[in-house]
Amino acid sequence: MDNKKKNEKNSCCGSENLSIADSPFNIIEPESETATESCCGIPVLKNPRILDPEKEHWTIGKLETAVGPIFRVSTKTNWTDRWATWKVRWGINRMGYTVRPGIYAVGNPDSYSDIFVSANYKMSFDRLRENLDGVNAWILVIDTKGVNVWCAAGKGTFGTNELIHRIESTHLGELIDNRRLILPQLGAPGVSGYKVKEKTGFRVKFGPVQAEDLPAYLKAGKVASKEMRRVRFPLIERLVLTPVEIVSLRKYFALVVLFFVLFSGFSEGGYTFENLLKYGLLSVLLLLSGFLAGTVLGPVLLPWLPGRSFSSKGAWAGLLMLTVISLYYFNNSVWPDTVIGSLSWLFLIPAIASFLMMNFTGSSTYTSFSGVVKEMHLAVRLQVAFAMVGLGLWLTGRFV
Amino acid sequence: MPELRYLENVAQLSLDESLCTGCGLCTIVCPHAVFELQNRKSHIIDHGACMECGACSQNCESKAIRVKPGVGCASAIIYASLTGKKVSCG
Repeated sequence: MDNKKKNEKNSCCGSENLSIADSPFNIIEPESETATESCCGIPVLKNPRILDPEKEHWTIGKLETAVGPIFRVSTKTNWTDRWATWKVRWGINRMGYTVRPGIYAVGNPDSYSDIFVSANYKMSFDRLRENLDGVNAWILVIDTKGVNVWCAAGKGTFGTNELIHRIESTHLGELIDNRRLILPQLGAPGVSGYKVKEKTGFRVKFGPVQAEDLPAYLKAGKVASKEMRRVRFPLIERLVLTPVEIVSLRKYFALVVLFFVLFSGFSEGGYTFENLLKYGLLSVLLLLSGFLAGTVLGPVLLPWLPGRSFSSKGAWAGLLMLTVISLYYFNNSVWPDTVIGSLSWLFLIPAIASFLMMNFTGSSTYTSFSGVVKEMHLAVRLQVAFAMVGLGLWLTGRFV
Repeated sequence: MPELRYLENVAQLSLDESLCTGCGLCTIVCPHAVFELQNRKSHIIDHGACMECGACSQNCESKAIRVKPGVGCASAIIYASLTGKKVSCG
């Protein structure tokens, strides 16, 4: 399989966990120089702001070497690291989260110490150094444009060419006699180990998926268990991806809400503020619940919602949300809408939740391109149909 | 928790056993245990679990494995169809 790489200018959003994001396998396209939207919707600049090791709290000294000064890094992460990670998950300061590519030292490595390769997304780097406590090793940070390992590998930035380039430009071979690199397993979609060996003489060894497994991996003599080589998608990892879903779609959501609120004022007798308030608020509540069903509830309940396709699971999450809301109103003997109005939500909410949940495929760890294409073929048509029926009913309900 | 499975029988993945040298790299790099070495050759034991990430083909020196590339991301596909560009992440 050819992995042709041209100008790797744009970066993917990458505000995901080290091992989580779906691995998009790229087809190349010459990209523009300016800021563009990434597939997850968070605008990304061509050149992220790179953190200066001289000023960072995680560098704890310098080694003077034959190839120049090399920063020693701490194996401890503190609350500022975690706070920065949390902010990035919400798309805040996404561009101030890139480590300068190059060689770094952990502990007191010598010429035969292991070399671990990292992406220059700070969270990837933090995860790695955290798990090298007590180890004497080198870290080679390659330029993945501030993007995490798996996304970058799929795109080709955590790739064969960049790795070769970085080995050569840092003069790694002059500094170190060891000729073996340990890469995170999820770099494999982008890195052809045998090609790196051919070109540089460095052998590529793929370590575990999770940095957390490195201590056990090293203890076992650099042997990974079968489980270490599997990617799972547990609840906590699904949950931490929900902020990016919310943030990336908030503008579209706001527009939809605005439309419904404005049109809520209409009634048989004209346009009244009273109606706008009454039906507008209800619309906001229901639309918000549909939004949350597709961006949070769906991902959380992923394994238990019916259907293999994400669009199906989303529709069910939407229905679940509607049921809960209906029960609330039922219990309070209050029904806030007309019959036609209520019926419209039965179509609208599942359609919205289904569409939003379908977008979660990009953050998942196990959806294939072929599968997503197949799913979307039917799903988008159904979502559009349901949305139009729902909208039609809702608008009718305003004037009847 | 029930195992997470996506749509099966769609992934465009193939392995030509006549080219396989049994190096085992595919079994090492695959995140979903699609392959297994049996009698010094690799075999696809769980085709339905393949997500087309390409790690296997990328590291198959004998080019026995073929995977069709693609982004398993609905937003990327939508963006591509609206803008006319090719599907990619970013």
